[in-house]
Amino acid sequence: MNTTLLIWLIPVPPLISFLLIVLFANRTKALSHSIALTSVIMSWIMSWIVVFSAFAKGYYYGENPFHSYIHWLPTGTTYLDMGVAVDNLNSILLFFVPLCIVAIFLYSIGYSNFGKPVHDHDLPGTPPHHGVDPLYSRFFAFLSLFAGAMLTLTVADNLLLLFVGWEVMGLCSYLLIGFWYGREYDDPKATPPRIAAIKAFLTTRVADVMMLLGIAYLYSQAGTLNFHDIFFNEELMYDLTHNPSMIAGFTVANLIGLLLFIGTVGKSAQFPLHVWLPDAMEGPTPVSAMIHAAAMVSAGIYMIIRMFPIISAGGSHGPNPTMEIITFIGAFTALFGATIAIAQYDVKRVLAYSTISQLGFMVAALGMGAYVAATFHLMTHAFFKALLFMGSGSIIHGVEHGMHDVHEHIDPQDMRNMGGLKSRMPITYWTFLIGGLALSGFPFVTAGFWSKDEILGDAWAHHHYIVFTVLCIAAFLTAYYTMRQISLTFYGEPRTKSAEHAHENNWTMTLPLVVLSFFAIFAGFIGVHGEFPVLGQLFGNNPFEHWLVGALPKDMQPKPFTFTWFPVIMSIAVALGGLLVGYLVYGRNPLKSADQVDPVKKLLGPLWTMLENKYYVDEFYYAAFVKPAHWIGETLTFKIIDRGIIDGIIHFVASFFWKAGVGSAAVEQVAVDAPPDRMADGVRWTGDAMKYIQTGRIQNYLMYTVIAIALIGVLFGFLVAG
Amino acid sequence: MIPLEWYLILSSVLFCVGLYGVLARRNAIAIMMCLELMMTSITINLVAFWRYGNVANLSGQVFAVIVFAVAAAEATVGLALAISIYRNRDTVVANDLNLLKW
Amino acid sequence: MSGSQIAFLIISALTVYSALMVVTGRNLVRSALWLVMTLFMVAAVFTTLDAGFMAVVQIVVYIGAIAILILFAVMLTRKVMNDTEPQTNDNWWMAVIVSVVIFVGMVFMVSGVSLPARPASDVSNQIVDLGNAFVSPNQFILPFEVASVLLIAALIGGIAIAMPREEEG
Repeated sequence: MNTTLLIWLIPVPPLISFLLIVLFANRTKALSHSIALTSVIMSWIMSWIVVFSAFAKGYYYGENPFHSYIHWLPTGTTYLDMGVAVDNLNSILLFFVPLCIVAIFLYSIGYSNFGKPVHDHDLPGTPPHHGVDPLYSRFFAFLSLFAGAMLTLTVADNLLLLFVGWEVMGLCSYLLIGFWYGREYDDPKATPPRIAAIKAFLTTRVADVMMLLGIAYLYSQAGTLNFHDIFFNEELMYDLTHNPSMIAGFTVANLIGLLLFIGTVGKSAQFPLHVWLPDAMEGPTPVSAMIHAAAMVSAGIYMIIRMFPIISAGGSHGPNPTMEIITFIGAFTALFGATIAIAQYDVKRVLAYSTISQLGFMVAALGMGAYVAATFHLMTHAFFKALLFMGSGSIIHGVEHGMHDVHEHIDPQDMRNMGGLKSRMPITYWTFLIGGLALSGFPFVTAGFWSKDEILGDAWAHHHYIVFTVLCIAAFLTAYYTMRQISLTFYGEPRTKSAEHAHENNWTMTLPLVVLSFFAIFAGFIGVHGEFPVLGQLFGNNPFEHWLVGALPKDMQPKPFTFTWFPVIMSIAVALGGLLVGYLVYGRNPLKSADQVDPVKKLLGPLWTMLENKYYVDEFYYAAFVKPAHWIGETLTFKIIDRGIIDGIIHFVASFFWKAGVGSAAVEQVAVDAPPDRMADGVRWTGDAMKYIQTGRIQNYLMYTVIAIALIGVLFGFLVAG
Repeated sequence: MIPLEWYLILSSVLFCVGLYGVLARRNAIAIMMCLELMMTSITINLVAFWRYGNVANLSGQVFAVIVFAVAAAEATVGLALAISIYRNRDTVVANDLNLLKW
Repeated sequence: MSGSQIAFLIISALTVYSALMVVTGRNLVRSALWLVMTLFMVAAVFTTLDAGFMAVVQIVVYIGAIAILILFAVMLTRKVMNDTEPQTNDNWWMAVIVSVVIFVGMVFMVSGVSLPARPASDVSNQIVDLGNAFVSPNQFILPFEVASVLLIAALIGGIAIAMPREEEG
């Protein structure tokens, strides 16, 4: 089978699986997850065949990728083509995305309590506490659709197909975040899944509209949306990067890049559109892993990395307003997310803000032109963040089982209610530790260190000192809050009975953790800087960079930055420093009880409150956008404009025509209706009189006929013969 | 030799006798018989005109044969109808068949 | 008045007499037998016209098929009509008037129609010619085929109409 055909087939199995589950398999839970898991494993195998065929083709095949397309929509004289392509960039996504998806699917089986009977107390649309999730099949159907959309996006050869996958993922994230639609909280400030789903959907919608504008602008300027056709067309790229757009100071490419970047801001949860992501934690944990690691947020970063030639607009490091905006947003978000994360108690929320922060790293890296570093961090982050999310899900699941055993009612996601899980959940502990160290950038042995180091090194080498400083602080905080999380969760003594009774989960949940921890350690070694002493040569002189830059046209390929010791030392220092401080504060003196005040709270005072409330961004948005929208909808448009003005006019017009109608009806009855009515009466009367001819007897009819013929004959005789 | 006029008058007599029967008889099968009379009077006409017209042109005889075929068909269907009506309504009196009355 | 004319007058008289017996007879079986007589006489009329083939067809088709068919129909339905009732309907006088008027009109039309009789020698070999005419594409094959289709249709139709319906029986 040839490789291009295989690429077409990669997204197909999960989509078919979605249909099969929805249409046929939804009554059988085992069949549903079998179909879903089989389909993603098929996609995974096909992806890896394609990926390794691509690797086998050598470094600079970006100009001649695996590519196949069909004419999809005729637009006048030309066609809108739909196709798939795999080149140096998305082969990397095809390497890690299907793997993470398979891990998540396997994990979901255990997470949804498969194997236990359906319990009467578990209502559909609420988290199952006793038995298997009543909507188990639906969950796998949604996950399959999500996986299919993500793979479609990954293999797309043009921006439009990418956007299709993007939007289907948006829909799926809505469905999955709101999967437990029946869940309600006593705390009025807490966001139930229903609301969180709507929030996520609407927030990303704002960004997607901008992105669509960018796509339309690009199409109007380039006449095509195919990545390869645009990037490798020198004349077109020259025009795009030199023609000014309607906004002063921006070239066409800058403006397109900015609009597309807004799409990423929404999808990858960058400031100021990050608000949906922490609330997306209301979904089941596999969904969080899916959204935060393998799929949706990766998609946002992938898109701007993919559009890098447009965004960088000619020179990677020249003055470029779009790049500056991207860098600023990225660096700001990295710090912003990290600061919030240090004051959260919810185990998943910490990870959510950590994700926001890490995505900020990638965005900032890309804004500085560190194309390779951004992609590298995207990959390593996918591995260790999927690992961490699934680990947190495992923790929650374990605590929930403890809760069920001792009949205690606590928030199973609150880290204050945990502690001492190290001995009770060993596999979860060790894998979570590996993930946490990778996130912190523990030197030399974790993937996160190498990718983060790459970003910091690039920032230093290209003299972005402010960004460098900000990212260092963010990295420090990252290490700190990671250690805080690990300490609160695993160390010390259990602070509740539930934590005391927590126990390890079954193999479907732990196996994915183990597999992902392997990658969280070893995936980093393919991207070690070539000039790094000893290790650089040992791991093949940065094969990742050599591979990835092949996706770009030759004149745009970034050169490897010159290796210097300072950023490496800084990177090691902040990682170890953060971990140490975290351990000193939380690990050495673990909290004694669930009610104990966080030791840092006294130190930070009101700042802590602000962080705990996430800088009040949600409250600000509520006051600035939601309430005015309600006012416009309810009071202005409904009561004043609709009821008052428009209805008033319509009622006036209607009553006028009503009266005119009544008047003309009276006229009509006299003047118009009467003659036809009299005619109709006449016809009826004649018919009544004449009906007696119709005797129904055939001989009578024949008689009339013969008489008529005789009369006609007589008449004929007189007229002709006579 | 017999004048053509005689044949025509014979034909007319047969036709009118048949016509009377069709109009006056009560029994549907009798009506059918009278129809056959009318038909056969027509064939007399056709053959006579052939004999007194262009003998080489066989249209008259052909037409007569076609009339035979039509008569046979008509008799078949008509009698089948009569039997069917008899079976369903126990009558073959034409005047009793007045379902289409006003 | 030649011999053939006398023969024609005798034949005509018998034809008309038997036809009148057909329409006036009370007994339907007798009417049918008188019909056979009438048709037989018409065949004789055809022989006076040198149309031997037509005479044979008249006997075979009308007497052999149609008249027998009618006899069967009479016998199948005879029990509903007894012979003592009047066999004519209330409008019989009207039928008489109309028939007479039509007859007068037709006589008025045909009187004076006259064509010279052709010698009998002209009409030899007519059966061969007729046979050829029926199957010749230039002449009458189409009417011939249409007639055969008509007969088939009538055959099937007759069966379909007269067949007893199971669900009604």
